[in-house]
Amino acid sequence: MILLRSGLKSFLIYLWSGWGAIASLMLFLAVWEWAGLYYGELILPNPRITFQTLAGLIAEGSAWQELTITARRALIGFGAALAVGSTLGLVAGLSMTALMMSRPIVTVLIGTPPIAWLVLALLWFGNGDGTPIFTVFVACMPIVFVGAMLGARTLDGQLGDVATAYRLPPLMRFTDIVLPHVVSYLFPAWITALGISWKVVVMAELLASSDGVGAALAVSRSHLDTAATLAWITAVVGLLLAVEYLLLEPIKREIERWRVAV
Amino acid sequence: MTTAVHAPAHLEVRGLGHKFALQTILEAIDLDVTSGEVVALVGPSGCGKTTLLHLCAGLMPVRTGQIISSFNNPACMFQQPRLLPWKSTLDNIALGLKAAGTGRDERTRRARMLGLQTGLAHEDLGKFPHQLSGGMQSRVALARALAIMPDLLLLDEPFSALDIGLKAELYALLLHHLNTCSLGVLMITHDLMEAIRLSDTILVMAPSPGRIVHRFRIDLPAMQRDDAFVYKMTAELLQDSAVRTSFRLAPIKSELLTRQELPC
Repeated sequence: MILLRSGLKSFLIYLWSGWGAIASLMLFLAVWEWAGLYYGELILPNPRITFQTLAGLIAEGSAWQELTITARRALIGFGAALAVGSTLGLVAGLSMTALMMSRPIVTVLIGTPPIAWLVLALLWFGNGDGTPIFTVFVACMPIVFVGAMLGARTLDGQLGDVATAYRLPPLMRFTDIVLPHVVSYLFPAWITALGISWKVVVMAELLASSDGVGAALAVSRSHLDTAATLAWITAVVGLLLAVEYLLLEPIKREIERWRVAV
Repeated sequence: MTTAVHAPAHLEVRGLGHKFALQTILEAIDLDVTSGEVVALVGPSGCGKTTLLHLCAGLMPVRTGQIISSFNNPACMFQQPRLLPWKSTLDNIALGLKAAGTGRDERTRRARMLGLQTGLAHEDLGKFPHQLSGGMQSRVALARALAIMPDLLLLDEPFSALDIGLKAELYALLLHHLNTCSLGVLMITHDLMEAIRLSDTILVMAPSPGRIVHRFRIDLPAMQRDDAFVYKMTAELLQDSAVRTSFRLAPIKSELLTRQELPC
């Protein structure tokens, strides 16, 4: 209960600290508005028109529908990348052989542009859900893998000795010694991967799907509808910001209280 | 922890050796620790003291010789405090209790009691290790070791990084604890005076390969030793040729010594 209350308090303090971020976003909107005035509505509709278009899309229902489809694809690919990347990364970090063997492969995976994977996925999976999900998975997995590997690699052997000396049972050794350390590497990697999954899924849909936000963007582009394009972009970016700053960042702060605590 | 009154618990090390690759770290080590007894291992840095202690603590596999222990609840203090950075002071102290399956309320109560006994303040108990000073961290490590009510304490120069005042205070705490519950202690130190102040048996080690070259018993109980006694014994021990070679001190030439010391 006390823990919950202190957690709530730190969350409120965190929200209050968001005023600075909001101020800088407002500045960005002001520059956008100014640029919109300069270039005219056809090239760059100003924020007000963009938000009105977005409100229209939401009111007619299509926004939520497309966003749900996109989110589902992104989350499935992201979830698979988390599961596979975290597990393989941990294993690789614990074994020197696995580490040496997996490193070059990971470098190849990270170095291959997502668009190349997308073309391959199109050939393999066609126009269904498979293409965006696979592309998201391939783009996110190596990043999670590297995070998990570094986490396991940097485990402190001295703390392992403490665990042995104080006869920690295997499960407690994992939850109290290994996990807190690994999570501090893994969590930032997960957040990065989530951002990438969200970007890649839109790109994949734009080229490969007939529904989802990416497809809607393709349609608005073919209609030369800049306002709708910007509205969709705003929706996608806004959703990512909300998830990252209202959900993940507070969790990260709570987990890593021992690092930053005042 | 005084379960077996008839047969006091015993740690027996016989013919213990250890090698890292081709380098022999320890050779033919024999030593005994009985409950209620403090044994100090004294020697220069790099003579394998820490390896010996780690072998006794079961942190490394024994390859040559044997270690037989009838102690069933040993606790270890390392050279550094080695606290878990993500646990509060209280949870760090309670680590061994949690491992032994003690319930949350009970272990929190005991951790709090020990934390306060070892001189931590109330507000320190909720802090994380990085918010504590080095001396405070050592207190937490001591409390963590004492929390499991050990019957054998293995100490690897746990206070060597602290100033003498703090060191004396923590050793006094330890002595007090030794007096109330009779436990066996095997401690490592490179400080002869510290060994003389605290221990019943002093084993002097020499390097390459690490071996015991001299055994020394002090019969006066530790609580009755005053500074004068410690200085006298230290001076005596330092004149022993085995001790001098072990610490790479020049051998004493008696004439030289008297000639140099006369003017003072």
